[in-house]
Amino acid sequence: MAGAPEITRTLPEGSSVRAAWDSLVGEFPGFEDYTRAVSCAVNEEYARMTTPLSDGDDVAFLPPVSGG
Amino acid sequence: MSDPRFRVTSDPLDVTTVSSIVSSADCGAVATFVGLVRNENGGRRVLWLEYEAYEPLAVKSFVRIDEEAGERWPSVGLAIHHRVGRIAIGDASVVIAAASPHRAEAFAACRYAIERIKQIAPIWKHEHFEGGEIWIEGATADPMDEDARRIAFGQCT
Repeated sequence: MAGAPEITRTLPEGSSVRAAWDSLVGEFPGFEDYTRAVSCAVNEEYARMTTPLSDGDDVAFLPPVSGG
Repeated sequence: MSDPRFRVTSDPLDVTTVSSIVSSADCGAVATFVGLVRNENGGRRVLWLEYEAYEPLAVKSFVRIDEEAGERWPSVGLAIHHRVGRIAIGDASVVIAAASPHRAEAFAACRYAIERIKQIAPIWKHEHFEGGEIWIEGATADPMDEDARRIAFGQCT
């Protein structure tokens, strides 16, 4: 959605996934529409928006899924 | 070596291969589900679908679905292969095989697996239709959502 498969951003230590999302919404206003529908993963495991992040974590935001 | 039961691949899918992974001498039943690319969706004439997956998590979601099914139907062996990339009309996008000593559990677990894939697997359809293209948006992928899980179980009884 950001026009790149992977982007790197720096956040304060202990920031939550939600903080990472909010910073992306600031950068890419089109993301705002997905705030209620997006889910997330940290280091290739399902996570919550409240999950705290550490240095080097790999965060994935998942738009509503449509597999099958 | 990855578990051959749970796979995301750009290669064509084969039902016999997937069902043979879970069949064994003590299985009296194998239920299979094959999801195909349809030529119509919401009044649009579909030309092809392009599937994209967050592969490492997609495979883990299949393992999770297997564990959930195993709690309810312990006798069932499950395999799930999902294809990604461009898939033509009529070709298979997903194959599920559920093997069990008896048919009721095999049918139920097979149905549960496809319902849960649609709820939680990080896989997306990019529909190319006559006159345009659109990303199909389904469920918010939350494996901890117990309501969604109950709905999936409700489809299987």
